[in-house]
Amino acid sequence: MPVSGAPYGAHQIVLPEPFDESLKDAPIDLETRIEMFRKQHQIRQLEKRLYTLFLEGLVRGTSHQSMGMEATSAAFGAALRPDDYSFNTYRGHGHTVARGVPPEPIIAELLGKATGLVGGKGGSMHLTSVEHGMMGSYAIIGAHLCIANGAAWSAKLRGTDQVAVAFFGDGATNIGAFHEAVNYAANYRLGTIFVCENNLYMEYTPIAEVTPVTHPAADRAPAYGLDAAIVDGNDADAVYLAARTAIERARTGGGPSIIEAKTYRHGGHSRADPGKYRPDPEVEAWLEHDPIPMYHQRLLDLGVGEDRLTAIIQEVAAEIDRAAEAAKSAPEPPAEALWTNVWANGGSQWRN
Amino acid sequence: MAELTYREAVAAGIAQEMRRDPSVVFLGEDVGGAGGVFKTTAGLLEEFGPDRVVDTPISEQAILGAAMGAAMTGLRPIAEIMFADFFAVCWDFVANEIAKSRYMTDGMVGCPLVIRSGNGAGLRFGAQHSQSIENWAMAVPGVKVVAPSTPKDLIGLMAASVRDPDPVLLFEHKALYPSKGEVPEGEIVDELGKARVLREGSDATVVALALMVPRALEAADRLAAEGIHLTVIDLRSLVPLDTATILRSVAQTSRLFTVEENPRLCGWGAEICSIVSEEAFWDLDGPIVRITTPHLPLASAPNLEDLALPDADRIAATIKAALG
Repeated sequence: MPVSGAPYGAHQIVLPEPFDESLKDAPIDLETRIEMFRKQHQIRQLEKRLYTLFLEGLVRGTSHQSMGMEATSAAFGAALRPDDYSFNTYRGHGHTVARGVPPEPIIAELLGKATGLVGGKGGSMHLTSVEHGMMGSYAIIGAHLCIANGAAWSAKLRGTDQVAVAFFGDGATNIGAFHEAVNYAANYRLGTIFVCENNLYMEYTPIAEVTPVTHPAADRAPAYGLDAAIVDGNDADAVYLAARTAIERARTGGGPSIIEAKTYRHGGHSRADPGKYRPDPEVEAWLEHDPIPMYHQRLLDLGVGEDRLTAIIQEVAAEIDRAAEAAKSAPEPPAEALWTNVWANGGSQWRN
Repeated sequence: MAELTYREAVAAGIAQEMRRDPSVVFLGEDVGGAGGVFKTTAGLLEEFGPDRVVDTPISEQAILGAAMGAAMTGLRPIAEIMFADFFAVCWDFVANEIAKSRYMTDGMVGCPLVIRSGNGAGLRFGAQHSQSIENWAMAVPGVKVVAPSTPKDLIGLMAASVRDPDPVLLFEHKALYPSKGEVPEGEIVDELGKARVLREGSDATVVALALMVPRALEAADRLAAEGIHLTVIDLRSLVPLDTATILRSVAQTSRLFTVEENPRLCGWGAEICSIVSEEAFWDLDGPIVRITTPHLPLASAPNLEDLALPDADRIAATIKAALG
């Protein structure tokens, strides 16, 4: 049985491929690119603010941040139709923002406030906004891949062409639900799009140490009769092109897709994790392979003025400031909220 | 009025709801072409077609995940988990996902679905295909739990479960599939959370569920011949729990027995004991007695399985001894 010969934290490093400069000429209209630029900044700035709020002791519990991984969320956010469905993991702040959910209820939710996206009952790991097609953030690895299939099935039976996207990490590819979900979707040609954000670490352990294939999602696709796309998950244009292809396939009855987006988290797995198991040269290389400055430069190269980009960044910052202040001053959930919404009648009664 | 088997009532109940509401869909392993491994769902594929009656792979997580995602987005799925024991391989969906979605989203996401399953012993299938897991189910906030004992109740509770906006686990008892009962013509719709008093006697109240109901009735018949008169209540629903019917009966009889097929520890009767002793202690003339399957896995040998489950002999003897 192969076991790692490397001591903890001294495993082989995985470096990013250079950005593909030819994507500058990809057939993506400029306004879509501006939208992806804005979404990436919305996510980055929100995550930074949430981190600050955590350091101030205002965010309790755990949360899982996605700094460094913004491009995939932003690209899907731009590529999906408002009535499409998306299902996140517990590392879902970015996917939530990308569907158009404003920052205030997200921040309020993490602060445990009544104005939180789900009334303070879900927290960081359960952000949900049905009106934005964001059907929930799921904290048990793999489950939502199966659930996304149900949404795709429902769309098919109801005769709509909505698609369902499930975002998940590399770690999810080793749980049974991943395999059940992909098999199921492929068998019934459901319009489910499986998006693996491979950030190289399942939690604290390198995915390569616990997985016998190089690409944990894409290499499993042929077993289910699917082709997979492997893309630079830090390049919004690369993800957008793959997303557009997969969405078109799903919408037209062509069945599911697997996309493996290679990326890296700038921080640790969760609040409790400084990420020290990651070798310095690897972290440094991926910090250089940051989706946001690259995309800024690409837009400049495409002729967008620095003033327009700066204005977007400042708008986003002002919005986050306003949202954080409003969330901080919002009230806690009322005590009665403890007892509400177990059942559809709004209550929690289990006996007469 | 027609006589149906409990087995036939399953398909009748599902078909009634699928005819009424095109958003009702049905999925599970071997449920369509094969008509179910217990032949409970014969004819549904032929009537409703493969879009609405789906033969799935052996993928309990995929089944319940698909049911949940469909329920969240406008359908009313009925999912079959073939043997209740198999809940153990998809418990994440039952306990973490389906049960909690409405609360975690503060009411935004509901899961109106039914998970029906063959529960209980009597077929000599051994420890992994014979368990009564209703007490696992009722331990999870956010799911409703019903377990009918007759064909009519099965149809009526199936309809109530499908129409309910919350997730319902419906436990059919495998050993009851061949049993027969009168079923009225026309649509049958029952109500969740209502126990039924099946016979009234003044000496003691016996609360039973599913297969334990006919056994409790048989014990009551025998004891009646000896001058001991029992009230027998078919609980039918564990969540919501009809405590009012039980408390009312205990006020009249002053003694209470539960007859449970689930293994002893934390069986549903323990909760009823707790409620009655807190709220009706001064109505009682003697201790509450639970008659349960012992806290054991089930054996496949017929004599050992029979020894484990409460039967009419044990029920009658226990009650007689306790009443002195």
